[in-house]
Amino acid sequence: MALTDALKEEFTELASHYPKRQAALIPALHRCQEDLGGWLSPEIIESVAEWFEMEPVEVFSVASFYPMFFLKPVGKHIVSVCRNISCDLRGSEELFERVCQVTGAKAGANSTDGNFYVEQVECQGGCANAPMMVLDGIYHEDLTPDKAEAILGSLKR
Amino acid sequence: MSHETYLFSRMAREDVHTLKGYEAQGGYQAFKKILSEGTSPTDVTGIVKDSGLRGRGGAGFPTGLKWSFMPDPTKDSRTRYMAVNADESEPGTCKDRILMERDPHGLLEGCMIAAWAMGLAGIYIYVRGEYRLSYARLDEAIQEARAAGLIGENIMGSDFSCEVQMHKGAGAYICGEETGLMESLEGKRGHPRPKPPFPAGFGLWGQPTTVNNVESIFNVPFILERGSDWFKTMGTEKSPGNFLCGVSGHVEKPGVYEIALGTPASTILNEYAGGVWRGRELRAWIPGGSSTGFLRPEVIDTPMDHDSVKAVGSMFGTGAMIILDQTASVVHSALVLMNFYEHESCGQCSQCREGTEWLAQVFQRIHDGQGRMEDIDLLTDIANGMAPGKTICALADAAAIPTHSVIRNFRDELVEYVQEGGHAAVSKKRSLPLEVV
Ligand SMILES: Cc1cc2nc3c(=O)[nH]c(=O)nc-3n(C[C@H](O)[C@H](O)[C@H](O)COP(=O)(O)O)c2cc1C
Ligand code: SF4
Ligand code: FES
Repeated sequence: MALTDALKEEFTELASHYPKRQAALIPALHRCQEDLGGWLSPEIIESVAEWFEMEPVEVFSVASFYPMFFLKPVGKHIVSVCRNISCDLRGSEELFERVCQVTGAKAGANSTDGNFYVEQVECQGGCANAPMMVLDGIYHEDLTPDKAEAILGSLKR
Repeated sequence: MSHETYLFSRMAREDVHTLKGYEAQGGYQAFKKILSEGTSPTDVTGIVKDSGLRGRGGAGFPTGLKWSFMPDPTKDSRTRYMAVNADESEPGTCKDRILMERDPHGLLEGCMIAAWAMGLAGIYIYVRGEYRLSYARLDEAIQEARAAGLIGENIMGSDFSCEVQMHKGAGAYICGEETGLMESLEGKRGHPRPKPPFPAGFGLWGQPTTVNNVESIFNVPFILERGSDWFKTMGTEKSPGNFLCGVSGHVEKPGVYEIALGTPASTILNEYAGGVWRGRELRAWIPGGSSTGFLRPEVIDTPMDHDSVKAVGSMFGTGAMIILDQTASVVHSALVLMNFYEHESCGQCSQCREGTEWLAQVFQRIHDGQGRMEDIDLLTDIANGMAPGKTICALADAAAIPTHSVIRNFRDELVEYVQEGGHAAVSKKRSLPLEVV
């Protein structure tokens, strides 16, 4: 997918915040992922590299460092369940099992219907409201497996 | 349990995240007073220094002293920056988020006072990518403050100018380390830089830079408004003020509480967090985020301040207490943490890259019932090979410290795992009869 003119304008605005253009790279990759299909395809990486006057492999190397960037297609809804200590103490394992069951997806993979991508993530800063998950960027805290099932169930067709 | 609070004092008002709500509670008065009275930058830094405020990002370094490391602007004309560390990703830590979501102008006022004190041209607030609401609230607050002439060119009609920009991270723990943060902000992989050079001499784009935690900066307007003597009436002599204490794990009322430094951990646990949940006993606790290690119940009366926690062999860290009840397992939680450190090691230093991997493997083996007695000494050897001071940054230490703490404080549990055949057997033994649950 090619960069839209609107995105390029946004890149120009973002880059004006910094003395060097490359500083806008990570914010720009976020905007691409949000607007261009939920993941960073090789074509997107290439056009971003062109805009930043970098080599595609350099952009790829940066993007691949950061867990929030997806380099493979992901399901329509992204479910990230925290597995770190505070959530683990309050039942994140059971929560994650239920999330997999309800969505039909395995850890780090999409459901067969392409509706969900499910992953385990590290601490999300919701420790005092553990266990928690992030669904399409929105925090859901103080969860139980049943509560999570109700939230996810409403997204299933 | 009644003590003076200030960090959370404005939050009762719903609209404090707006400029109107913030100013209605005396917001921006401290910054405006400095500008209108022309308090010298050195005096502002002096007041912060005198207050004894210590960084809330983990290391507890005195904030005013850090500011004074910035080169003298009359001798060094380079552009100066501050990066506000809002990457908050130390497991157990969830305090900066509340400040940013609820009272973003409070952070911005602190930023502007820091800008005046250090002669900054630009401030970047590096927020972890997942904190959408924090980002949105701060971004709106910046726009409001800019429109009101409090940020940007010729602030309040003076010849002082400083820009503030939001910057969104993309989810890597290592970008919370101050030099990893700077690399990431420059649009690179978040690989920490060797120190020296230190950020004050060579920071963002090679220019003088100070990195401070959100909560550290949030304290600054209060200190300027009410004075360093007022600040020192709270907390302890070496660790003055209040701090935000996140309490998580097996407690009745997990939450983030505003606590005077030096308050015993047992008071925080019992009087604020409602005690260990379900009427159970305490097995272990972590005083200040995942990197500070596991402590025994016998030391739960330790005052929560930098020196006192150090005296019991740990660190104050981010002040995030994690509580494990009698049914929990230190070995299991340590394994969770070692998997985390292995995952988050940036891989530049072999001691850390391999050390975190080995630690995770050995803990896994013990956890799964395949451990041997020699593995306990092996853990010590691996941790000794990683830290202290053997790597570019302190992530290696952050994995070694909890490892040593398990061996020092919970050797009995490691032995139990080896002898009884691992987690399944041990946790069965620990599970309580149903009526107690
Ligand atoms: C692996 C690692 C992760 C860190 N993560 C954070 C973080 O998320 N937030 C933070 O403020 N400091 C973090 N720090 C500490 C910073 O390096 C730095 O000391 C701090 O931001 C300085 O701010 P302060 O002096 O106001 O505390 C981390 C340090 C290490 C070694
Ligand atoms: S200590 Fe670990 S995280 Fe830090 S620079 Fe070295 S490899 Fe990277
Ligand atoms: S440990 Fe799960 S949000 Fe912090």
